[in-house]
Amino acid sequence: MSLRGRLIVTRPAFRLDLTLEVAPGEVVALLGPNGAGKTTALRALAGLTAMSEGQISLDGQPLHVLAAEQRPIGMVFQDYLLFPHLSALDNVAFGPRCQGVAKAEARRTAAALLERVGLAGHAAAKPRQLSGGQAQRVALARALAVRPRLLLLDEPLAALDAHTRLEIRSELRRHLADFDGVTVLVTHDPLDAMVLADRLIVIEHGAIVQQGAPGEVARRPRTDYVARLVGLNLYRGVADGTGVKVGELLLHSSEHLDGAAFVAFPPAAVALYRTRPDGSPRNLWRARIDGIERHGDNVRVHLDGPIAAFADITPAAVADLDLTPGQQIWASVKATETHAYPA
Amino acid sequence: MGPRRGLTGRRPAGRAASGRLPWVLVLPAVLGLVFLVLPLAGLLIRAPWPTLLARLAEPHVLEALRLSLVCATVATAVCLLLGVPLAWLLARVDFPGRRLVRALVTVPLVLPPVVGGVALLLVLGRRGLVGQWLEATFGITLPFTTAGVIIAEAFVAMPFLVISVEGALRGADQRFEEAAATLGASRWTIFRRVTLPLIMPGVVAGAVLCWARALGEFGATITFAGNFPGTTRTMPLAVYLALETEPEAAIVLSLVLLAVSVIVLASLRDRWVSAP
Repeated sequence: MSLRGRLIVTRPAFRLDLTLEVAPGEVVALLGPNGAGKTTALRALAGLTAMSEGQISLDGQPLHVLAAEQRPIGMVFQDYLLFPHLSALDNVAFGPRCQGVAKAEARRTAAALLERVGLAGHAAAKPRQLSGGQAQRVALARALAVRPRLLLLDEPLAALDAHTRLEIRSELRRHLADFDGVTVLVTHDPLDAMVLADRLIVIEHGAIVQQGAPGEVARRPRTDYVARLVGLNLYRGVADGTGVKVGELLLHSSEHLDGAAFVAFPPAAVALYRTRPDGSPRNLWRARIDGIERHGDNVRVHLDGPIAAFADITPAAVADLDLTPGQQIWASVKATETHAYPA
Repeated sequence: MGPRRGLTGRRPAGRAASGRLPWVLVLPAVLGLVFLVLPLAGLLIRAPWPTLLARLAEPHVLEALRLSLVCATVATAVCLLLGVPLAWLLARVDFPGRRLVRALVTVPLVLPPVVGGVALLLVLGRRGLVGQWLEATFGITLPFTTAGVIIAEAFVAMPFLVISVEGALRGADQRFEEAAATLGASRWTIFRRVTLPLIMPGVVAGAVLCWARALGEFGATITFAGNFPGTTRTMPLAVYLALETEPEAAIVLSLVLLAVSVIVLASLRDRWVSAP
C-alpha cells in the first residue's frame, strides 16, 4: 500500500502544488504555518476539496477519480465532528453501516475498537458527555472502523489541553504504529510532528520547502520557519572551506564545505560578554541587545548586529552582565556548536 | 480574575440613569397591548361557559373539528414530504436562479389567501390548466372536495415549513456531512442519518407552525374547496357561518381554535417566543 500523487489546488491568490510519496505503514506529517495549505492538501486527499489538476494513486489505483464517500479513507477532524445525536458506539459503527455491514456486526466491530482505545465503558455516552481526550479517541476509532488504507488526521491533538495532549500523543503514536496503511497527518506543532511522524514534509505558501526524517529536519532546517520551530538560529551564506560567510561575518564550523551553505546554532550555545573575551573564540562578534524576554527557565536575548540572533542565558547571567536593551555587547559561539550544511 | 471581571465586565444593569419613562412611548405601548389582548379577553368573557360542553358535543361542531384536525394534519404531512426536500435544495444545492426560487416559495406567505384560492381554482379547477387533464385522465376533481381543502391548506402553510427548515439547514454545521462522507455515506444516507437528526428541532418547529397555519386557513379554503358540511367546512368556516345564525356557537368554536393556538405557542415557546 503506497500513496503517490501530485496535488494541485488553485484559488484566487493561492496555489497548492505538492508531490507526495508515502510508503505503506509510513506516517507522514505535513507541517507548516497557518494558511500554508496543509489542511487543503488533506482535504484534497479526502476528496472534500476538488483538485484543479494532478492525480493521486493509492496502491496503484487512481484515487482522485473517486468521490469522498468511495475513497478507502478514514479521517480524524480537528474538532472530531462526532455526530452529536449518536452514541459513541453508533458513531464508530456509522462507517461500517455505510459499507453495508449488518447492524449487529457493525456494533460488534465498533465495540471492539472502543475497547482498543480504552473507552469500552463509554459506548453509550453521547459526544457531549465525553471529555476532549475521550472524543479524540472515539474519532480515531470511528476513522479506523472503516478499515481505511489511507488515514488522514487534521490537527489531531490541537483541541486538547496540555496534559491530555501528552497522554493522547503517545497513545496515538502507538495506534499509528499498529496501522499498516498510509498515514498523513497535518499539524502546526513541531513536537506532535516529531513524535508521531516517520517523515516530515514542511509546507510554506502551498509548496514543499523541506522534507526528511524528523531528526534530520530538526538538525538541518532550511527555512526561517523551520528554524524557529526547532529552535535554531539559521543563516544562509557562502562557504569557502574554512567557514561560512554570512554578510560581513565569517562563521566557523566543524564541517568543511564550499559554495552556498546554511549555518545553524542553538541559542543556548551563544555566550555573551560585556568586554571582549580572552582566548578569542572562533566565532565572535559585536552585537546590540534588541530585547530581553523570559523563555522557559531561561532568558532569551534578541541580538542585532552583523547577524540577528537569539541567545538563551540563565537569569543569573543576565544579572551578572547587567544587560539592558540597546546595550552593545560581545557574542560568541564555539565552532563545535556551529553546524554548516549545503544549501 | 473572577471577582474583577464581575465588577468591570458587567453591563450597566436595569434602566438608563436618567430615570423617568418617556410617556410618548409607554402610552402607545400600553394601548397596543390592550388592543391585542382585549378581543381575546372578550372571547373568554362572553363564552357561554355553562353550555360549553354541550355545544362542543354538537354533531356539526365535532364534525368541523374532526375535519379541521384531519385536513391540517394531512396538509402538514404533505408539506413535510415536499417542503423538507425543497428546503434542502434551497440550502444545499447551488443552482442557477436559486434566489428567485426562494422568493417564489415565500410568495404564498404574503399573498392574500383568497387570491391563492383563486389561483388554485385556475390551475386545479375543473377547467383549470392541470385540473382539466386530471379529470380527463384520472377522473379526479379536486375543487370542493376534502382533498381540495388539504391542497388549499398545504399551499398556504408550506412556506412556513420551508423557511423554518431552510434556516435550520443553514445553521447546521455542514462539516458533519463531510465527516459522514469520509466514512462512506452516500448523500441520501448523509441526509437521512446525519442532516435530518441535526435539524430535527427546526423541522418540528416548522411542522407545528405549518399545522397551526393550516388549521386556521380560511380564505383559500372557502374559495377553492367551498363550504360543504362534512367535507370542506372546517372550523374557521364554521365559525364564520355560525356568527350569523348562532353567535354562541361561533364563540365556542373560536375558543377551541384559541386553545389550540395557545397550546402551539406554548410548545414552541423556547424556540420562537422567548427573547434571546
